[in-house]
Amino acid sequence: MSEHKSDFGPDLGEVFGPHQADGGPDLVQLLTPEGERVEHPDFSFDLDDEAIKGFFRDMVLTRRIDTEATALQRHGELGIWAQLLGQEAAQIGSGRALRKQDFAFPTYREHGVAWCRDIDPLRLLGLFRGVDQGGWDPNDGNFGLYTIVIGAQTLHATGYAMGMQRDGVVGTGDPDRDAAVVAYFGDGASSQGDVNEAFIFAASYNAPVVFFCQNNQWAISEPIERQTRIPLYQRALGFGFPGVRVDGNDVLATYAVSQAALQRARDGQGPTLVEAYTYRMGAHTTTDDPTRYRLSEDLETWKLKDPIQRVKAYLTRNGLADQDFFEELDHEAEKLGEHLREGCRALPEPKPLDVFDYVYAEQTEELAEQKAGYAAYLDSFETTGGHR
Amino acid sequence: MTKITLAKGLNAGLRKAMEDDPKVLIMGEDVGKLGGVFRITDGLQKDFGEDRVIDSPLAESGILGTAVGMAMRGYRPVCEIQFDGFVYPAYDQIVSQVAKIHFRSMGKVKMPIVVRIPFGGGIGAVEHHSESPEAQFAHTPGLKVVACSNPVDGYWMIQQAIACDDPVIFLEPKRQYHADKAELDESVLPQPLFTSRVVREGSDLTLLAYGPMVKTCLLSAEAAAGEGKSVEVIDLRTLSPLDLGPVYASVRKTGRAVVAHEAHVNLGMGSEIAARITEQCFYHLEAPVLRVGGFDTPYPPSRIEEEWLPDLDRVLDAVDRSLAY
Repeated sequence: MSEHKSDFGPDLGEVFGPHQADGGPDLVQLLTPEGERVEHPDFSFDLDDEAIKGFFRDMVLTRRIDTEATALQRHGELGIWAQLLGQEAAQIGSGRALRKQDFAFPTYREHGVAWCRDIDPLRLLGLFRGVDQGGWDPNDGNFGLYTIVIGAQTLHATGYAMGMQRDGVVGTGDPDRDAAVVAYFGDGASSQGDVNEAFIFAASYNAPVVFFCQNNQWAISEPIERQTRIPLYQRALGFGFPGVRVDGNDVLATYAVSQAALQRARDGQGPTLVEAYTYRMGAHTTTDDPTRYRLSEDLETWKLKDPIQRVKAYLTRNGLADQDFFEELDHEAEKLGEHLREGCRALPEPKPLDVFDYVYAEQTEELAEQKAGYAAYLDSFETTGGHR
Repeated sequence: MTKITLAKGLNAGLRKAMEDDPKVLIMGEDVGKLGGVFRITDGLQKDFGEDRVIDSPLAESGILGTAVGMAMRGYRPVCEIQFDGFVYPAYDQIVSQVAKIHFRSMGKVKMPIVVRIPFGGGIGAVEHHSESPEAQFAHTPGLKVVACSNPVDGYWMIQQAIACDDPVIFLEPKRQYHADKAELDESVLPQPLFTSRVVREGSDLTLLAYGPMVKTCLLSAEAAAGEGKSVEVIDLRTLSPLDLGPVYASVRKTGRAVVAHEAHVNLGMGSEIAARITEQCFYHLEAPVLRVGGFDTPYPPSRIEEEWLPDLDRVLDAVDRSLAY
């Protein structure tokens, strides 16, 4: 960890304290890494043990999506894959806190949230395989398309939330009507102008948006210390809304904190920044080599905080799940893996002439001519392979 | 019938669009109480409220980025960029998001956003207030780019741009805002948005322009007529898509073309238009297609902008050079 020493002004290490690998005293935690329930004065988990089993299933299957997609990339079926290994609790906790009418704006790593929004995981592969740029309709599951430009979607989320305000679906007191938006981004994105502008707009208009930052400690090879000199959740205060740091590997806590922040937004009380303090156990993407920039002992430390293992420990310790439950889940994961393996190879190849059709809602003569010209060119070959 | 300026035409057009469709919103810096620095949105917030005429924080990327979300929610945002040179902080949102979301979603998400940009020079402003960035947007698939040149077009084109389901970069020649007046006869139906128009007929040479240079070219044609030269002038009106059918017809008639714009000549709109004319009218050309434009320098200090901007004489010089072939 780098030292924040400066000849100019105070030593920030003295002001804010040293970097705390455990997330510091403000970390909201409801389930310890050993699988023990703990209480928090401000946030509580109000669902039953069946729900916790459901979250466990979600996390196991989400991890399977991730490992299967990683394997598919290694077999050359995907050009690249953005792994979420280690971030399952952050995504399932926040994703399950969403209501049907809420809307989520993802980065390109929110495979667990997509799962919660009933997006067929196979649809996620299209972008990484190169057959489409997001194969789902954002309005079907209220889940936006993956956004590659870092932080751009936080503004889209804020604008969408401002649209909800104008539609009169905020603060009505009707739980089936009141809606909110969640914007996902990472610690690296917190340095982007767009994220800071999103904070300004959301605060200024009191927009019903939850900024859900998964601080996984690394922006490719750049550590969190390169993005911020104070804990990220504390930035919210400077923008005029609350910030909370939650244990991102604790699905109970991420659910409880997200639920509270979303409800606050739905009630018309404005934005919240949630910093889910977690760790990217895999690489940034499959092209990355984290051994070049981080210590293996850090990874070993975080493995002990594995979001899935701690729930398994809780379920086992309290006799809430028997061997059959885990075996059935393993079987379900196998089936999901098959679905991805077989479905990935069967994803239809894009047709060259289709690209002309989606540039504009109202097609232009220029492009229609280009399309016709290219079609004629393809027809000039004896075998066009039927890809038109 | 009333005589209106371009500013009044745009204001009335925006008002009409907001009356016709409650989903139309105006967003931008100072667009509310102040009515915009050029007063184009004057009085609209008073009549339509703060929820529809939204005074934004001072953040261009924020204006466009939130507009994307608004559009996804079913609204039709009209974003005002205060000056051309201030559009660049929003450039990423415009070219990477606004322009591409319809494509990325394979047509499932529309982006009916209008980005109004007062563009061009000639008002004696400090730097970043007089630029012509149109080629940068016309080069971006997914965006449509138009430029109005007169009050009547301003009135109709802004309404048509707002009604369009695609994102439209809407360029307004700021030095014309409060200049000439024209009669608006609402009973005369407008021509389609993405079309060019012959605004003066002639037989010796075709002069092509858009936005602020239309007036300059009309004055040039008038002056040329005094010397016995018959110059046809076409107001391009749409830069992406280009409507070059009337241009080809004109060039096949005259055999000569000169393109004039304030933007830098290198890789400007004139380059594309010259190339297309050459492809389509090669055997009709009596001279190479010539371009007149701003020099390939940053926009200069305002005390010398009249030297830098193409004026009547520089256009006439190009006309003479073309006719000399």
